[in-house]
Amino acid sequence: MLQIVVAVVIGSAILIPLTLIVPWFPAKASAQAGRIHTLYDVLLIATVPIFVLVLTVVGYSMWKFRLKPNDTRVDGPPIHGNTRLEVVWTALPAVLIIGLVTYAYTVLRSNEASKPTAMTVNVTERQFAFEFSYPEAGNKVSPTLYLPLGRPVVFKLRSLDVIHSFFVPEFSEKLDAVPGITTTLRVTPTRLGRYPAECTELCGAGHGLMRAPVYVVEPSVFQRWLAALKANAPPPIGTPAPKAVQPGVPGSGKSVASAAAGSSSAGSSSSTSTSAGGAAAAGKAVFTGASGCSGCHTLADAGASGTVGPNLDVRLRTDCSMPASKRIRGATLTRCIHTAIVNPYAYIPNGYTKGVMPSTFGKTLTPSQTQSLVSYLASVAK
Amino acid sequence: MATAVSEAVPVRTRTRVPLPPKLRAPGWYRAALFEVLGLGFAFGITALIRWLQHIHPIVSGSAVTTVALIVVPLFFIVGIGCCDYWVYWAIGRPTRPEDHSTHGARTWRDYFRVNTDHKVIGIQYTVTSFFFLFVGGLLAMLIRVQLAKPGMQFLTPEQYNGVFSVHATVLIFLFVIPVFAGLANFVLPLMIGAPDMAFPRLNALSYWLLPMGGVLMLMSFLAPGGSFASGWTAYAPLSTTMPLGQMFFTVGVQFAGFSSIFTALNFLVTIITMRAPGMSFFRMPLLVWANFSTSLLVVIATPFIASSQFFVLLDRALGFHFFDAFVGAGKNGNVLMYQHVFWFYSHPAVYIMMLPGFGIISEIIATKSRKPIFGYRMMAFSLLAIVILGFTVWAHHMFVSGMSPWIRIPMMITTAIIAIPTGIKIFSWLATLWRGVLHLDTPMLFALGFLTMFTLGGISGVMLAMIPFDIHVSQTYFIVAHIHYVLFGGSLFTIFAGVYYWFPKMTGRMFDDRLGKLHFWLTFIFFNLTFGPMHLIGIQGMPRRVAEYAEKFAAWNLFISFSAFILGLSTLVFLYNMVVSWRRGPRAAANPWRGMTLEWQVSSPPPVFNFDHVPTVVGGPYEYGVPGAVHGIFKKPEAPPVAAGSSSGVATQERQE
Repeated sequence: MLQIVVAVVIGSAILIPLTLIVPWFPAKASAQAGRIHTLYDVLLIATVPIFVLVLTVVGYSMWKFRLKPNDTRVDGPPIHGNTRLEVVWTALPAVLIIGLVTYAYTVLRSNEASKPTAMTVNVTERQFAFEFSYPEAGNKVSPTLYLPLGRPVVFKLRSLDVIHSFFVPEFSEKLDAVPGITTTLRVTPTRLGRYPAECTELCGAGHGLMRAPVYVVEPSVFQRWLAALKANAPPPIGTPAPKAVQPGVPGSGKSVASAAAGSSSAGSSSSTSTSAGGAAAAGKAVFTGASGCSGCHTLADAGASGTVGPNLDVRLRTDCSMPASKRIRGATLTRCIHTAIVNPYAYIPNGYTKGVMPSTFGKTLTPSQTQSLVSYLASVAK
Repeated sequence: MATAVSEAVPVRTRTRVPLPPKLRAPGWYRAALFEVLGLGFAFGITALIRWLQHIHPIVSGSAVTTVALIVVPLFFIVGIGCCDYWVYWAIGRPTRPEDHSTHGARTWRDYFRVNTDHKVIGIQYTVTSFFFLFVGGLLAMLIRVQLAKPGMQFLTPEQYNGVFSVHATVLIFLFVIPVFAGLANFVLPLMIGAPDMAFPRLNALSYWLLPMGGVLMLMSFLAPGGSFASGWTAYAPLSTTMPLGQMFFTVGVQFAGFSSIFTALNFLVTIITMRAPGMSFFRMPLLVWANFSTSLLVVIATPFIASSQFFVLLDRALGFHFFDAFVGAGKNGNVLMYQHVFWFYSHPAVYIMMLPGFGIISEIIATKSRKPIFGYRMMAFSLLAIVILGFTVWAHHMFVSGMSPWIRIPMMITTAIIAIPTGIKIFSWLATLWRGVLHLDTPMLFALGFLTMFTLGGISGVMLAMIPFDIHVSQTYFIVAHIHYVLFGGSLFTIFAGVYYWFPKMTGRMFDDRLGKLHFWLTFIFFNLTFGPMHLIGIQGMPRRVAEYAEKFAAWNLFISFSAFILGLSTLVFLYNMVVSWRRGPRAAANPWRGMTLEWQVSSPPPVFNFDHVPTVVGGPYEYGVPGAVHGIFKKPEAPPVAAGSSSGVATQERQE
């Protein structure tokens, strides 16, 4: 018995520090993450000795009590139980569990405490893109998430189709976005940097590609970025911001002013080019807005640079002129585009797979939206 | 007049031209005929309804398929002969209640027919389940090929989603749950001294329902749009908007579920009413206790997954909008309700997949340590405690689902409390090992491997109960690691242990212990190398169910894939050992492990009706080391002991050598 106790103490003394120095977590970028990392350390310290105990008893028994050659023992001693021992191994884990549950509860309370200074950010998710909007700034919409350092944030999560999730590993917080209800997640960013926001709830074929960049920046930088964000010409969903011009992010050389100038000039250039026709302008709004086309497709005129689906600047006309496409999707460009939107799997362009593009646009878009989208795409396709 | 009569007679005889006997007798020919009839029925009923409703076109491929998925397997079941007795009884044809023509197997062909012998059904169940283990394992290999490197190369994202969905579904519903039913089917009636299960015909029906579910799930790969790709959880509204393949899951689960429910009812009635004289509840082997507890869980919980999938079926096939959040004002479906109903089954299902394994481990550890189970009553009570607590924790799968936040707190507490009865079991097994005489052969190695690996899975389970930590790791590879430590390191190790342990009893042959040990060490080492690192990449933030992942996880994923391939190959050692030993292994004695429970007191394999004399139970099942103790005695009216090993007196002598 004594050997077991000594072995468990020594084993735990070796294994606990080993498990603690493993770099389990990604960078600690929120107040919540800090508390969760500590909770995990406590869980390791509390549970490693139990594992060491089981391992030691099994190992010791295999070594000490195994049937050896020329063994004269037939059966072990008929021990049927020991009430005192059984009470101990019921009560001790119970005490341990009460302690852990209480501690976890306090962590949860602190992590989800509402803060009066909190800023609300709406997160709208759809297959397979994120969209962030800032009610403080007149619901300006952005495909990338910018957050000021140190300010508590309340995320309001919504979904437009199936269940999605919003997870930033460095924040240690996640929550599902559920169609029909609004869910609430609280995070206080505490570290500058660029992190990924990921969808972690299986949402269809493009699930693994559903990501968005998150930037935690100095509050002043954030305010300037927010001010520079165009209210009525939102940057398209899913557009990854160019790496070199990330304002306030450590390591990025360029200033905010140039980034703001860049985005506003992009906005103005696109607004001039869309004044060609009313239907086309409406179609552009559909493209960059609610339908989420720009999350997956590149289209220079709309400022979209998604890479999940075919690049419309390069592929639209060429693919629609393929003989097979003309046979299946219709000979004219507008017929082809219309079929590609409402029945995307009828013809799969070379190099792409079916199942990624949502096949529900025929239902979710009104006929007039579809029509304006088709005429817009036909007008800008090179 | 005369001519009229002479005309009528040939007409009547022509209508009575009998079908060929092969098509009338129960069997595969009639089953094939009935499948065609079922397909025709599905075709006809959908066409009729669509014609009456003025829906065009009248013939719709997906409508016919959806109805056929339900109807054709049922027609097959009738055709193969599962329902002949009941149909005869219902229509007033003569029946023979004591008909034993379908009882027992004389040739290998009898395993491919409807059979009412629990031993044949047990082997049918076990072999069928292992077929699906290899199918599921192959799918796992495809998953690991895809994930070996970041950047899609092997499967499209859609195919990948399909492959992991079928992998999980097949292994949960077609392997882990039924293989335990199979092992218990063989062993349990023998253990309690019963000649068969309480309802042998129902038992046959429950077996034949199982391959129906499995075939449907595998056939989903042939469906237009690919197999079902919404995970084994099939969360609505993703599942309700999926292509036709989803219906193969939705309907297939119903067949597997009914199979489970019928078997569980059968076990409950058998255990309650068919115990041998003297077999009080507290003299039952713990495997019987474990299956009693499991059957309670199955009977209460399985209807919930059935209903959740019926909702999905109605939503997708008939537009019921149970889970459609955007129907319109006042008519909105409730998306979260699916998860509550689904997990109200699927959490207890975790224990359905674990408690029978606890029973197997108790048998093996007691016999192979030559000691009584430490704290027998607490072992039995902790099983019942797990049954009750198992129903109070379902929403811990939903800590990040967006449900009302307060529900998380009681669920965290109950989830953590389940660790206490589970801990009692682990510590009691350890105490059973202590000072025993350990026979470290293959079944015992798997049992000890289970003890250590399941402890790890249990520890990560307690960690997951802690809401803040769960919020970080849920839906990541940490969950994948946890579930595989519990279901592979837990359930599958107990299944391997049980198959090796009862192999001599089931087949009458001994397996090759050296190959068995090789199988154990390969499995144990590469299991840990495969699933251990998933804890780390999960906490670092790699989401599960993705065909594509960030570059920083590349090295670990390559390592995991490599380990997984060797883990996959290690099962070939098992397969070779089983097949060769079954055909050419040395003959097994009636009681090669010197076990005390009743199944070891009959020949290997047991006689068709199990016991030539009804046993009387006079003591506990694990009285190892107690001088002169026996579990059961066989009343022999006149003759002296018949065969060596078939009576408990011989067992006692052997033990005292």
